[in-house]
Amino acid sequence: MNAKRLLSLILTAVPFVAICFSVPLWDRVYPLVFGLPFNLFWLVAWIPLTSLCMWGVYRVGSWKDAGSSGKESAR
Amino acid sequence: MKPHVIALSIIGAIVLTGAIIGIYSGFRRQMNLEQWAVGGRGFGLILIWLLMAGEVYTTFAFLGASGWAYSRGGPTLYIVAYLTLCYAVSFFILPKIWEVGREHGLHTQSDFFLQCYGNKYLAGLVAILGVLFIIPYLQLQLTGLGIIVQVASFDGISRAAAILIAFAVVAGFVLSSGIRAVAWVSVLKDSLMLIAAFSIGIGVPYHYFGGIRPMFQALTQTHLQHLTMPGSTATMGHSWFISTVLLTSLGFYMWPHAFGSVFSAKSGDTLRRNAVIMPLYTITLPLLFFVGFAAILVAPGLKNGDMALLTVVRSTFPPWFLGLVGGAGALTAMVPAAILILSAGTLFAKNFVRLLFLPTMSDDAVARLAKIMVVVVTALAMYFAIYSSSTLVGLLLFGYAGVTQFFPGVLFGLFWKRVTTVGVFAGLLVGVGLGMWLFFTKHDPYYGWNPGFVALCLNTAVTAIVSLATSAKQNTVGEVMAAAAD
Repeated sequence: MNAKRLLSLILTAVPFVAICFSVPLWDRVYPLVFGLPFNLFWLVAWIPLTSLCMWGVYRVGSWKDAGSSGKESAR
Repeated sequence: MKPHVIALSIIGAIVLTGAIIGIYSGFRRQMNLEQWAVGGRGFGLILIWLLMAGEVYTTFAFLGASGWAYSRGGPTLYIVAYLTLCYAVSFFILPKIWEVGREHGLHTQSDFFLQCYGNKYLAGLVAILGVLFIIPYLQLQLTGLGIIVQVASFDGISRAAAILIAFAVVAGFVLSSGIRAVAWVSVLKDSLMLIAAFSIGIGVPYHYFGGIRPMFQALTQTHLQHLTMPGSTATMGHSWFISTVLLTSLGFYMWPHAFGSVFSAKSGDTLRRNAVIMPLYTITLPLLFFVGFAAILVAPGLKNGDMALLTVVRSTFPPWFLGLVGGAGALTAMVPAAILILSAGTLFAKNFVRLLFLPTMSDDAVARLAKIMVVVVTALAMYFAIYSSSTLVGLLLFGYAGVTQFFPGVLFGLFWKRVTTVGVFAGLLVGVGLGMWLFFTKHDPYYGWNPGFVALCLNTAVTAIVSLATSAKQNTVGEVMAAAAD
């Protein structure tokens, strides 16, 4: 696996860890942030952050060379 | 004028405007099967964003999400999590599916399975299961429309009659227009939906509590448990949250209509950029949660949580505004319902009947049968809508337990050369069988886990093990992978 693919994978894994697997850590009411219970605030905050992570994956552009190298190994 | 006349007239005017836009944009182009079903494969970033937004923000979000915030509390948060993560999944899968589609001229999910595995029985099974699981999703939209008509008529129109009206509106809308029409009606729907979500999501907490913070402070005094998981349920804790978020974010594009919409895109890059911006649309969802949470204190004791949003709107705002919100809600049911029905009709006619039984059918005959199926599928969904008492969110979760079972077949078809037709067949049957059995025997959740997710795990394991135990000679998976890599 090349560096670009690894970076894409890590950037994608970040939101999954943050808003799915780590739920016991942030599922609480206090502290209220901007008036929202903490769990709701946390999820809302991760909407733009997820977008940002995926923008990062887009900029890394690992599929551009994955296409040609994948075809070579298939031959 | 009486309040229900005002509210219903405004809803009627909005629905009519939507229908006129739909019919007008349908008439301007000649409609063949390709145009009717995938819009000629020429949608750019904006149109595809509107089309997909139109599919995502359905009655499920509008009435269902607020309804669960009212009746369940904390577990409802899964909706924000999955509607964010599903796009991260889509970033990697959709461009590849699109490449295969362009290479081989595919229209539907079942076409994709046929191309991958070269087996018409597997493709036919995928088609008919797709149609079956669209029915609860469609039922959800009709139930939602029915609730809108019922509340806006100030309970003058009964639930069953309201659903019957919903059926007529939706079937008429679909028969008079195709998928391109649907994309343009989405523009109207999304604008109204945003206006409605912002004005009630912020207006209701300010009207009753003087703000969002005071509302949640009041809720922490009386309903502290309700705000975290498992909320007002006994069983929907953290393992339920994780398994449900995984099931639904992986399954999001496994819905036949969502899968089919991928083929409407202009390029794979359109789909990638779309995956980057789509999560931002989810930001409006918490506004709908606010209304559900406010309703706990404003309108306690409702039997049906899905009526919470409209009940609060009705008792807070003047009738014309109830009409506006109801009209926006009606479009958020009609547009997705139209897409669902179009997909179900095409799948049934092209990928089930023609593929398995009548290979000589012409494209015109397929289009005619698809239109007949529009009425049949909608009537079935109407029947279930009248007789079922499931919550809107519950209906969608049931559908996900079914459609996500396609995921291993799609994923392995794109990324694993060793997968076999027999393996996918076995995995799909086991997954759907176990998922439905757990649902119908009320094992929801199953030891704290989402039953659809339990079935998905077994499905994946069976697909992999049976694939390794059988020979991969008949597959066309290798060709498909080469096409996807281009």
